[in-house]
Amino acid sequence: MTSSVITASGLKKSYKDKVVLDGIDLDVQAGSIFSLLGPNGAGKTTTVNLLTTLLAMDGGTARVAGYDVATETKGVRSAIGVTGQFASVDELLTGRENLQLMADLHHLKGDEGRAVVDRLLKRFELVESADKASSTYSGGMRRKLDLAMTLVGRPQIIFLDEPTTGLDPRSRRTMWTIVRELVADGMTIFLTTQYLDEADQLADRIAVLDQGRIVAEGTPEQLKRQIPGGHVRLRFADATQLAAALRVLPESTSDEERLVLRVPSDGGTKSLRALLDRLDEYVVDVEEFTVHMPDLDDVFLALTGHSSDSTNSIDSQTEVTTK
Amino acid sequence: MSTDAAVMLRRNFKHTLRNPITVFNAIFMPIIMMVMFVYVFGDAFNVGGGDYIDYATPGMIMLAISYGLSATAVSVSSDMTKGIINRFKVMDVSRGAVLTGHVVSTMVRVTVAVAAVIGVAFLFGFSPEASFTQWLAAAGVLLLVIFAVSWLTVALGLAAKTVESAGMATVPLIMLPFFSSAIVPADKMGPGIREFAHYQPFTSIIESVRGFLLGAPNTGQTLAAIAWSLAIAVLGYAWARAKFGKRA
Repeated sequence: MTSSVITASGLKKSYKDKVVLDGIDLDVQAGSIFSLLGPNGAGKTTTVNLLTTLLAMDGGTARVAGYDVATETKGVRSAIGVTGQFASVDELLTGRENLQLMADLHHLKGDEGRAVVDRLLKRFELVESADKASSTYSGGMRRKLDLAMTLVGRPQIIFLDEPTTGLDPRSRRTMWTIVRELVADGMTIFLTTQYLDEADQLADRIAVLDQGRIVAEGTPEQLKRQIPGGHVRLRFADATQLAAALRVLPESTSDEERLVLRVPSDGGTKSLRALLDRLDEYVVDVEEFTVHMPDLDDVFLALTGHSSDSTNSIDSQTEVTTK
Repeated sequence: MSTDAAVMLRRNFKHTLRNPITVFNAIFMPIIMMVMFVYVFGDAFNVGGGDYIDYATPGMIMLAISYGLSATAVSVSSDMTKGIINRFKVMDVSRGAVLTGHVVSTMVRVTVAVAAVIGVAFLFGFSPEASFTQWLAAAGVLLLVIFAVSWLTVALGLAAKTVESAGMATVPLIMLPFFSSAIVPADKMGPGIREFAHYQPFTSIIESVRGFLLGAPNTGQTLAAIAWSLAIAVLGYAWARAKFGKRA
């Protein structure tokens, strides 16, 4: 039995005459990772700011951890932690001092505070740099410190606003591991991202936000199922081989210029084995073999009619290359 | 003061000590100005009898106050423009604590600068005639002034859109003492400036402090100084709270 820890209905926010959020509904289950996915300017940060009491909404209602966001800000604030898009660490203080500052503001007494600080430094592998000014930290370290600062208050719900934007691939993976651990500890994560693969990797549920509206919601699998497009792509050494393959696989479409054949497929092992067996039977030599499953980028394109504009989206196709 | 404000104050002290430019601008710059005006140019000024150092010290105190302010505007602005303020807000840190922390740390820093300038003045032969009570009165006026301009500076920092413009916002406060009776009496200035110097707040403040230190209290100017300070404090406080509410 699960329960909702974040619910919102009809959230609206405008800046002057520009509508940023045009009535969005949300429902986040306790102990899950919920991802709000959308390109820059979709309204992700605004949503986080509304839910975390940093901004007042123009319309709609929202409850976080059982407290009304508009009228019970104190209750909301006591239950949440926020790590924003831009690392909010104090650059003139060291890593340890930053954490200690949080402990002091949470009114943790001397020893208890120090113990929490030490534990977090260890957990986030910041012990070595603990006494260096945080301005000398790399982007990944700063983000880790930022998140560690958020955890000092032991929040039930953590809002992560684009936690990996601007990080190198290795730091991103570290951050993903940390996020998974937090959920394993029983926290609820509200994550915004513009990276499709990040939502796919982490989220239990995804809401796709576009121009202030939620255009789709569901599990990553549900979203991917909404659109067809799974196929196997075969590349051949010459036109003769391509023609031979086309005779064997009449349901496919060919691209003669690039010597490529697109065969519709559900990507399952059974159908893939059948396909390969068939090619083998007719002695057709395949240069290159790739399975393309619809990724969230395809979902985005199908749902909104425009691409996500995410330059860093990593194609989630599985490549199996034969010699 | 609330616990939160004390935590913020400690944070601001660390910032000050770790930023050599702040310490230089706030403490050494006024001393350098003092050496320039008193030791280098001093003999050229005719302030109508008495040692120039005795005339100039109250003005130098005012300069020390002004120079100490820009660091506050910059640090308030960088708190607001970098993400840290949002962190404090969602942690439910008491609203005023951030601002109180800045005001108190500014007051402490500026008071240290003023004490340093007075110390150097004594080295240059400053010989005030003030009684103990008059010293206390001068200190009271100065603390009120420091309190007032600290709030004004916090408001300037909050109003600035960027850290750079926050640094520029306090320049008028640094220039004002030069257009007051700090360095030379207002009567000796050109037309236009002379009237401005007569009626601007810093002149009243300087004349009030000068009166006390020279053992000849000037009640009119002291009342004016107190009135100006209260007005600046109220304006600064109200402006700061309004800006803080809006931005955060």
